[in-house]
Amino acid sequence: MADPRPDPDALLASLKRAEVQSRRGQLKVFFGMCPGVGKTYAMLRAAQQELKDGVDLVVGIVETHGRAETEALLAGLPVIPRKQVEYRGTQLGEMDLEAILARRPKLVLVDEFAHTNAPGSRHPKRYQDVIELLDAGLDVFTTLNVQHLESRADAVRQITGATVHETLPDSVFELADQIELIDLPPETLLERLREGKVYLGERAAAAAEGFFKDTHLTALRELALRFVAERVDKRLRELRGAGAAKTVWRSGERLLVAVGPSPSSTQLVRWTRRMAAAQGAAWIAVSVENSRPLDAGAQRRVEQNLSLARELGAEVVVTHDDDVSEALVRVALQNNATQIVVGQSRNPPWLDLLHGGSLVTRLLRRSGPIDIYVVPAERAAEKARPWIDLQPALYSPLHEYGEVAALLAVLTLAAWFIVAYIGYIAVGLCYLLAVIALSLRVGRGPVFAAGVLSAVTWNFVFIPPLFTFVIAKFEDGMMFATYFAVALIAGQLTARIRAQERHERLREERATALFHLTQALSAARTLDDAVFAALRQADRIFGGQTALLFDATGGDALAPHFASSFTLTEKERGVADWAWRNRRKAGRFTDTLPSAEGFHVPLVREDKSVGVLVVCVSRETSLTLAQRDLAESFATQLALVVEREQLRAAGEREKLLAESEKLHRVLLDGVSHELKTPLSVLSAAAESIGTADTATRAKLASEIRTATRRLNRLVNNLLDQTRLESGALKPKLDWCDAHDLVNAAIDGVRDSLEGHPLETAVPDDMPLFRADTALMEQVIANLLLNAAHHTPAGTPIFLASGVDQPRERIFWTVADRGAGLPTAMRDRLFRKFQRGDAARAGGLGLGLSIIRGFVVAQGGEIVAGENPGGGAVFTVYLPFTPHGNVPSE
Amino acid sequence: MSAVPAKPDILVVDDERQIRRLLRITLEAAGYRVREAETGTLGLNEAAVQRPDAVILDLSLPDLSGLEILRRLREWSQIPVLILSVRSEEQDKIAALDAGADDYLSKPFSGGELLARMRVLLRRAQPAGEVSIVKFGDVEVDFAKRTVTRAGADMHLTMKEYALLRLLLQHRGKVVTHRQLLRDVWGPGHEADTHYLRVHMANLRKKLETAADKPVFLKTESGIGYRFLEIG
Repeated sequence: MADPRPDPDALLASLKRAEVQSRRGQLKVFFGMCPGVGKTYAMLRAAQQELKDGVDLVVGIVETHGRAETEALLAGLPVIPRKQVEYRGTQLGEMDLEAILARRPKLVLVDEFAHTNAPGSRHPKRYQDVIELLDAGLDVFTTLNVQHLESRADAVRQITGATVHETLPDSVFELADQIELIDLPPETLLERLREGKVYLGERAAAAAEGFFKDTHLTALRELALRFVAERVDKRLRELRGAGAAKTVWRSGERLLVAVGPSPSSTQLVRWTRRMAAAQGAAWIAVSVENSRPLDAGAQRRVEQNLSLARELGAEVVVTHDDDVSEALVRVALQNNATQIVVGQSRNPPWLDLLHGGSLVTRLLRRSGPIDIYVVPAERAAEKARPWIDLQPALYSPLHEYGEVAALLAVLTLAAWFIVAYIGYIAVGLCYLLAVIALSLRVGRGPVFAAGVLSAVTWNFVFIPPLFTFVIAKFEDGMMFATYFAVALIAGQLTARIRAQERHERLREERATALFHLTQALSAARTLDDAVFAALRQADRIFGGQTALLFDATGGDALAPHFASSFTLTEKERGVADWAWRNRRKAGRFTDTLPSAEGFHVPLVREDKSVGVLVVCVSRETSLTLAQRDLAESFATQLALVVEREQLRAAGEREKLLAESEKLHRVLLDGVSHELKTPLSVLSAAAESIGTADTATRAKLASEIRTATRRLNRLVNNLLDQTRLESGALKPKLDWCDAHDLVNAAIDGVRDSLEGHPLETAVPDDMPLFRADTALMEQVIANLLLNAAHHTPAGTPIFLASGVDQPRERIFWTVADRGAGLPTAMRDRLFRKFQRGDAARAGGLGLGLSIIRGFVVAQGGEIVAGENPGGGAVFTVYLPFTPHGNVPSE
Repeated sequence: MSAVPAKPDILVVDDERQIRRLLRITLEAAGYRVREAETGTLGLNEAAVQRPDAVILDLSLPDLSGLEILRRLREWSQIPVLILSVRSEEQDKIAALDAGADDYLSKPFSGGELLARMRVLLRRAQPAGEVSIVKFGDVEVDFAKRTVTRAGADMHLTMKEYALLRLLLQHRGKVVTHRQLLRDVWGPGHEADTHYLRVHMANLRKKLETAADKPVFLKTESGIGYRFLEIG
């Protein structure tokens, strides 16, 4: 409402209306949902009142349909006789417009606003007559059903299946200065129908059966009520637009409606919506969960009622309390609600008493300045009710009833033998003790049963006269009655204590779950461990699937953690994204995107949301409020862990940075040395080659070749190491032939192996295996080079391969007869920039690190060990599965 | 050796001036005439205008990918193309060979290797009629009779082995990729069944090579394919 000034057009329309009104008659419409609700009756009663007040009125036309009550009301009212119109040989009585205008009363009663006049009348439609009357300055009372409104005719046809022929333009209805809604619960209407109090018209009688159905009536009723409410709303806006200060008109009212699982709650919601609309007030729908979980059906009905409320514009609040009245008042105070709407209690009075008064009584006790509305439940909705509150109380496993019966039987038998010694009164005390003991073990129902059963048995077996239900003495009667009362009360009290205990236990369980989570989180070494632990625990506690989404890259997108058991669809991702960005819960059980599958809780830390926890339970089950609370606590804990991890990672990065700086220095030193040596050879050789004689030239050329080979190897090693570290290495596994591999590897390093006899042992029937040819070639070549580098000239090098059948792998072994592996180096053998002490010449110490990287990339492993006869052994294992059949042709 | 016409024209497409210079020195010394182009576009123009006898193409040029150049060149010309690549371009190299390049050479390469490859390419460019009999070692293959003899004795080759051998001999001296071999011998759809190739090639070597684990003629080009290596 940015513009406080009234809209000029609205103002004009308002003025016009005022101007017209000043000389035009007032129109009052008695409006109903369908025939039979008593519009005509109400109109006549109003007329009687007017008559009493001395208003000059006439009855233009009223259809009494021969109903005695209506006719009685008509008595005493001046009636303008009908004008008889002949149409196709039938005499039709129509309103005599001329006569009325000539008579000029103050008020005219015109029944059936939407009526179509008989052909040949002044106007084809009765409403046109009415307009003429109004224009003449006469006030008019008329009646109308919602189905006759043009804008509602379609809706009515959809509801009832009956086409409406007589319709009234909405603009004509707008002329009404006053609308009186005649409302009647469908049940009452149906009753009236059965009693024959509703006139349906000859034609309609057959169709009436379909029309007057409970469901249809409820829908029609809502249609009528909504229409009126909307109109009220509109008028209010109009007035507000014409007036000055808008805020003055705000009613300041706020309604709160209590929503439960019962169908009457649906009606309650609709009722509140109408009230709120009429008052221009905001409204809140509140559902109170208690520690006794609802069954799935009831829970679903609550959700349906809440979503209905949401659709109708209510703010929805779900709260947790064992005392409904207290919860309602609390929420009302928190939200400044001025009115609380509840349904009438359907409990039998004694049950209410047991709970310390009905809900309404308890509300009234607490509500203070808040108004309480009690809306009666409609009868249809009532039916299912009386047992609902009792059932959970009486429902207990069958074996508990068995226990009760068994204990009482044993007790009775035992008492039978000793009753002679202790007397039947003591037996009663024993029974009482048993009942109270039982109440510690079994549920309310069985305790109740125990009380009744023991009382009856006691009376029957022990109280004289024996084996009758008769009690002879007055004292015995008193005692029996007292016994009965004590047993029941004691039982109920204990049961209540146990219920509280259960509640405590639930809270305890929740605390335990959180404790376990905290423990698991603090025990987790890495974030992944923590997430894994948390999610698995969440899976268990919520009995569903969970997912955790992070903004892993620190960018602008959430990615699910791999430990998630719930795979998010595109839609769920959207919900998670919303929750993350808005730092608010979303998805199922919330007001935002409630149709989602999952319950999305953002991980919020100090105004920053670091991720989203998603809990998804099956459509049939739902999360109780307590569970949702728990999910939020989980999210809070996880947020803490994530933050901790982020801080740690930042520290780690710092350390890594320092580390890598050190490495870079080492690398630079090493690389520059490694580069400079062959480069100086090259430059020296190139300079001398021009002037050297033929023999020297050949030697120089050989030096140049060696230097370039060395440079080439160095560059390749550096490139490979980079590829490995950048993760760009993607092995291309293909079938490899061991002989080809050996040949290629040896070809590459033949020159460097000079002076080392090479013995190869590759079985002739060595099968093909899967590996990346290029990588494996380099692995073998580098192992051979490594062996040659670290062993004295002349010592042999062994290369062997084979299949390790039982473990489904193949091996490649390179062994030498050198000094073996220095013990000090064992641990860091495969790390980069580690150079063996015996390294003959240069090298960056990348060889083994690259070998290991290549082997691991192909899914294999490499181990180093001692050669039994002295020297070192390196063995590479690769997974092996034989290839498929090869067709010979 | 078939007759090589005097001074064949060779177009070198490489963006590195030093490589172009080295190739010019090496090739001119061996009696070729050399043209240079430093970008792919210039190279394509030069190839269209000058119609060289062979092209040496570097795979990593600044303007066009080697694959793209090959594709455009092959639209109108079957000039033999030798690819120069570095080790990290393994996949591009195979793709280029599959796309119609005739052979490859990895940097750093030796002058001898380069000249040997050039000779093979140029000879193939001028087929000296259909050769019906090929001899290597003590093996003689008669394409007309579809027979293979070793030291005078008949060798029985399976259909696939014969088909493999024939394909390699038709491209002798030149690399043939796994894909080409598999598709030609086993048909489309078998391009990934490299184990067929390995098994049959091992059998072929056992039948034709003196030492099957150290083949002299039927050479493996690691990760790329096979090459029938001519001696002499």
